[in-house]
Amino acid sequence: MSLGDGIRMIAGILGLFLGLTIVVLSLTWLERKFLGRIQMRMGPMRVGPYGLLQAVADAVKLVAKEDIMPGRVDRVVYWMAPLVVFIPSFMVWVTIPFARDLVVRNLEMGLLYIIAFSVLSIVGLVTAGWSSANKYAVLGGFRAAAQLVSYEIPIILAVLGVAMLSQSMNLVKVVEDQATVPYFLVQPLGVFLFLLAGLAEVGRTPFDIHQAESEVVGGPFVEYSGAHWAVFFLAEYINTFTIAALMVLLFLGGWLLPGLPGDVAGVGFLVFGVKTYLVVLVIFWLRGTYPRLRIDQLMSLGWKVLVPLAFVNVVTTGMYLFYGWPAWSLTLMSVAILAVTFWTIGRRMRTTPKPEYTVKLYVPTTEVPHAG
Amino acid sequence: MVESRSEAPLDMVQMMVNMGPQHPSTHGVFRMVLGIDGERVVSVDPHIGYLHRGSEKLCEGELYTQIVTLFDRMDYLSNFNNELAFCMAVEKLMALQVPERAEYIRVIMCELNRIASHLMFFGTMGLDTGAITPVLYAFRDRERVQSLFEAVSGARMMHNYIRVGGVKEDLPEDFRQRMAKLMPQLKQGIEEGDRLLSFSEIFLARNKGIGVIDGKTAISYGMSGPALRASGVPMDVRKDEPYSVYNRFDFGIPIGEKGDCWDRYYVRIEEMRQSLRIVEQAMAQMPDGPISTPVRGVLRPPRGEAYARAENPRGEIGVYLVSDGSDKPYRVKVRPPSFCNLVALKYLLRDCYVADCVVILGSLDVVLGEVDR
Repeated sequence: MSLGDGIRMIAGILGLFLGLTIVVLSLTWLERKFLGRIQMRMGPMRVGPYGLLQAVADAVKLVAKEDIMPGRVDRVVYWMAPLVVFIPSFMVWVTIPFARDLVVRNLEMGLLYIIAFSVLSIVGLVTAGWSSANKYAVLGGFRAAAQLVSYEIPIILAVLGVAMLSQSMNLVKVVEDQATVPYFLVQPLGVFLFLLAGLAEVGRTPFDIHQAESEVVGGPFVEYSGAHWAVFFLAEYINTFTIAALMVLLFLGGWLLPGLPGDVAGVGFLVFGVKTYLVVLVIFWLRGTYPRLRIDQLMSLGWKVLVPLAFVNVVTTGMYLFYGWPAWSLTLMSVAILAVTFWTIGRRMRTTPKPEYTVKLYVPTTEVPHAG
Repeated sequence: MVESRSEAPLDMVQMMVNMGPQHPSTHGVFRMVLGIDGERVVSVDPHIGYLHRGSEKLCEGELYTQIVTLFDRMDYLSNFNNELAFCMAVEKLMALQVPERAEYIRVIMCELNRIASHLMFFGTMGLDTGAITPVLYAFRDRERVQSLFEAVSGARMMHNYIRVGGVKEDLPEDFRQRMAKLMPQLKQGIEEGDRLLSFSEIFLARNKGIGVIDGKTAISYGMSGPALRASGVPMDVRKDEPYSVYNRFDFGIPIGEKGDCWDRYYVRIEEMRQSLRIVEQAMAQMPDGPISTPVRGVLRPPRGEAYARAENPRGEIGVYLVSDGSDKPYRVKVRPPSFCNLVALKYLLRDCYVADCVVILGSLDVVLGEVDR
């Protein structure tokens, strides 16, 4: 590697770091504003116009705060854990293209690299929980381990479906293959699997089980404060953004939009950004709407629904490729499978028809039947 | 609960988790020592008393008029109902006749308080299951009720408005206009909340079949109020032994079927609708007239004892009062609905997950200020 390449690399990584920090700041502001609107409040309004500087104020506060270390923690592991969570979530971005030519290092096996690195953050969550010497943290860490490992499988299989379609693991090629028809039209089942498994992977509602505030009080992060907590926070938002970005790249056509010259770096970057933020808004929207699943329900959803569906997705995609059927046949199969799934789950969850869900109204006449 | 421990393989270690007294979803300062095996709860050891202020004993040192404020601070989410229960006991002792208008004002305030309290329950139930939006919907409507309370009594909580013999002062002049505005808002708010949370598939999955208790067991534990009615027992003091002017209104008692968390939740939603009906009828029937029986400044009820029961949002409250003829009661004993409902917690928490503990406790809707007194 020449000196020029090295400088370019370092500049790229620094730029990425700066960019991701800005993204995280904007996401925290956006989430608070958007949830505020959903909940009929204003959201932050005090710091800066429309509370735009709130995120900055929060960041300054977190860094300036005292870093408390409880007495019985495993020191080395305790300080390492935030980094173990943060570094993979940052490293993933090295190969994620913002536009066709706007990428730090485009890897031929980009998808494999992303999947491999994103798994690593589980280790950080478990060690954070374990080293905190706090029972809630341990519970949260174990929950995280169970949840993230289980949902790796459907997410990998969903990505595999895309890799099969585009015959490549290079993200730039994946996007360019969607120039005519984006994959969300070809493989609706894949989108569904990727979004659900992705939400579980980053631990957002309705799958925010490992940090459930009302149960394990923040899970693995319960003992962390100040800058170390901020690093977890940073990683969490980067992960959310990663899932949204991957969603855009894998299924929504990346920086391409019909009628726009997506190949031009500036336009492509803008299109990619808008699409990603829209997906992020959907994730926030889900957070504002749904309660949380229980851990056993989450596991049975993962293993009994998502994993089999992911295999079915791979098999149907394989059949489509092998027999050279037209693209709409895969769409049709995907939609049919989705419909059957929703119908079955709906039936399973509603064990009784809806009218029985309402309580009866008891209007006593003259006699009171319970009488003691 | 203990038996299942012996079935566990030898290398399993039971972990003791102290849930509370400082935990976001113990609704105050309640402490459960949970023995957990992974995510399963094997044993529960509830501890209360962190909010004990000796209210009952304090009552013995206060004048009758001052005790009303102590009752405000027991169940701090349904102040009017508490005040009413105590005042009814004193009125029974003194054989006071309360003017019609005062009775109607009391009923309106109590039912609005019931709605405010149930709205709070609705919000916290959402929080306990992990939904963050319902609580803000609930608080919007509760806020409207609270500001009406402020207009009527001068205080948002701790009103000290219902007095022995009537109420403190007449309703504000614009009360009817305020109510005309409030009622549709409340109606709409309740329906909105119902649509948002009640039938969400995840909410159903979290609540259906969790914490089941049948009517007979519930009665044997001394449960009352919505928690008992959810098990299919139609018991409501307002119907069984109508106090105040409750016999003049047409309303139903919602009862559940299975006695699970969802029934306990939905019974309360339905109760809010019924309370609105009562308020509507009371507003239409309310006569003019005096708002209080003239009583002496320092009350000296005759020697004797009295017991008054009333239907609080959380269940049946009973006030037992012994007077020795002086200006202070000899003994005041309260049967708090929250405490009696909480007794069943250990039964409800058998064989459940950690996440269910939170939901089950939430579905009982206890107020620790009343449990500990």
